[in-house]
Amino acid sequence: MSCLIIVEHNNTILKPVTLNIVTAATEIGGNIDLLVVGAECADIAVSASKITGVSKVLVVDSEEYACQLPEDMAPLVAGIADAYTHILAPANTFGKNLMPRIAALLDVQQISDISAVVSDDTFERPIYAGNAIATVRSSDTLKVITVRTTAFDAVGDDSTTSAAIEVLPAAGGSGLSELLRTESNVKVRPELVAANIVVSGGRALASRENFEILERVADLVGGAVGASRAAVDAGYVSNEFQVGQTGKIVAPQLYVAVGISGAIQHLAGMKDSKVIVAINKDEEAPIFQIANYGLVGDLFEIIPELERELQKFLGQDRP
Amino acid sequence: MKVIVAVKRVVDFNVMVHVKADGSGVETENVKLSLHPFDEIAIEEAVRLKEAGQIEEIVAVSLGSAQCQETIRTALAIGADRGIHVRSDSELQPLAVAKLLKVVVDQENADIVILGKQAIDDDSNQTGQMLAALLEWSQATFASKIILGDGSADVTREVDDGLETIRVKLPSVFTADLRLNEPRYASLPNIIKAKKKTIDVMDAVETGIDVAPRLTTLKVVDPPRRQAGVRVASVAELIEKLHTEAKVI
Repeated sequence: MSCLIIVEHNNTILKPVTLNIVTAATEIGGNIDLLVVGAECADIAVSASKITGVSKVLVVDSEEYACQLPEDMAPLVAGIADAYTHILAPANTFGKNLMPRIAALLDVQQISDISAVVSDDTFERPIYAGNAIATVRSSDTLKVITVRTTAFDAVGDDSTTSAAIEVLPAAGGSGLSELLRTESNVKVRPELVAANIVVSGGRALASRENFEILERVADLVGGAVGASRAAVDAGYVSNEFQVGQTGKIVAPQLYVAVGISGAIQHLAGMKDSKVIVAINKDEEAPIFQIANYGLVGDLFEIIPELERELQKFLGQDRP
Repeated sequence: MKVIVAVKRVVDFNVMVHVKADGSGVETENVKLSLHPFDEIAIEEAVRLKEAGQIEEIVAVSLGSAQCQETIRTALAIGADRGIHVRSDSELQPLAVAKLLKVVVDQENADIVILGKQAIDDDSNQTGQMLAALLEWSQATFASKIILGDGSADVTREVDDGLETIRVKLPSVFTADLRLNEPRYASLPNIIKAKKKTIDVMDAVETGIDVAPRLTTLKVVDPPRRQAGVRVASVAELIEKLHTEAKVI
C-alpha cells in the first residue's frame, strides 16, 4: 500500500487539514507521500517534510501552478498516480473541486468525504447530510478519496527527522482557466474548521452589528466565528462563515450556537462537536435536542452578558 | 449557444430520512421525491441566461428510472425547452453519470453544462468535475455568479476562504451553489405548456458504457445520536459548567 496526499496550501501557509489526512492514511497503511504543487512553494515542501509519518515529499514548483487550478493539477496528479494505491485530499472546496477531476481521468469512482477507515478498501461516509452513515467498499484498484478532516486527529508537524524532498517536473498549464481575483476577510481568528471553539450566530442576531458582539466573544476565548445559512443569506456575514451541509463541517471542542434554531442542514455541519451550547429564545428550538447546555432567553441581553461574564471569568478588563 | 442542465430526482429536502431496518439503505419508498434543489438553481440560471438573450436553447437531462420524466417535466415548467431521459434501472454512480452525460453533450453539441454542485442524497459532489475532465473542458464549481463573455465566462465561486472569481474558456461545466439565484415557482400556464414539450428517451445500455457500480454499499446505519443535555438558568452558570464540568474553557 502506498498513499499520496495532496497538500493544501496557498504557497505561503500549509493548511492544517493535511495533518488530519495523514492520520487517515496511517489507518489505511503503507508509505505516505505528500505532494506539494504550487509556485515558489519550496517553504511549504520543507514544512511538509516535518509532518509525522511522512516518507517523502514530492514538489512541483512552477508558475502555472500558482493558483492550483484543477484543469492544470489533475493531469499532473494523474500522471504520477501509478505509484500509489490511494490518493487523498481534504473534503473541502479545494479537494472537492480537484479530486473528481483526477478520478475521472484515472477512470476511478471517487469515495467522497470519508469519516472512518474500515480497511484499505472499505470506508464509512456520511450521506443525506449526515442523517445516515454508509459503509462502502471500492472495487477500483486505485482509490481516490476525500477526507472529512474533522473525523481524524491531527498528527504532529515538528518532526525532528525530515522526510526526503523530491522535485518533479511541471506538466504545463492547460490554458483553460485563470484566477482573476479573490475576496477574503482578513484572517485574525483561527480557521473555522481547525478552531477548538466556534461561536456561531443565526438569523435571530438580526444585524451585522450584533455579529460583531459575537466576534468579540469568540476573540475572548480564542475561537472562530460561524454562522447559519440564514444569517449568511440575510447578509450579516459572508459565505466563508457558513456552517452546515453545504458550508463548512466543523467539530470543535466547544460549539456555541446563538440564535440558531437547528435546521437539519445546519446540524449536519456541527453535530459532531464535543460540547454544544445552545442559546435561543424559543425553548422548543430543535437545537436544544442536541445541546449539552441550553440557555433560553433574549439574545440581546444574553450576548452582552456573555461577553461581560467571560471577561470576568478570564480576568480581562474591557479595553 | 446551447446549455444542458442535468437534473436529479432525489428524496425531497424536507423529508426526514430513515435508515431501513435491514441496514441496506435509506427508505425511499412512499416518500416524496423531487427535483434536486441545487439542480433547480442550475435550471433557473440557464433560464435567466436565455431570457438575457445569451443562449438559445436549454435541454434538461435526467438519468434513471421512468419516474425521472416527472423531474424533467418540472425543469421544463421552469423554462427548459426540451428534455432527454437516459433510462436506466440500475444504480448509477457519479462516474457512470458523468460518462453518460458526456454522450449526451457530444450528441447535442452543447456549449455549457450546468449541474447542481452536490446531490443531497449521496452528498458526493463529483459529477460536474468528472464530466469536465472527460470532456476536457474547463470547470467552474460552486458558482454564485456567472457572467458570460465572448468565448469565456467569469464565474464567482464560493470557496473556504471566501469568494474567488475565475475566467474559464468556453465550452465549460458550471456547478451551482445556493446563492447563485433564487429559483422561480413554475406558473400554472408554464406547467401546462411543459406537458407539451418533447422528452426524448435513450437507453443507458445502448450507449455501450459500462455503468456497473464501483462502490458497494455494505451497510447504512443511523449516526450516533446526541442526547439533550441540561438547561442552565444564567450565563454565569453556563460559564461555570463549561469550565468545571465540560472543561472546555
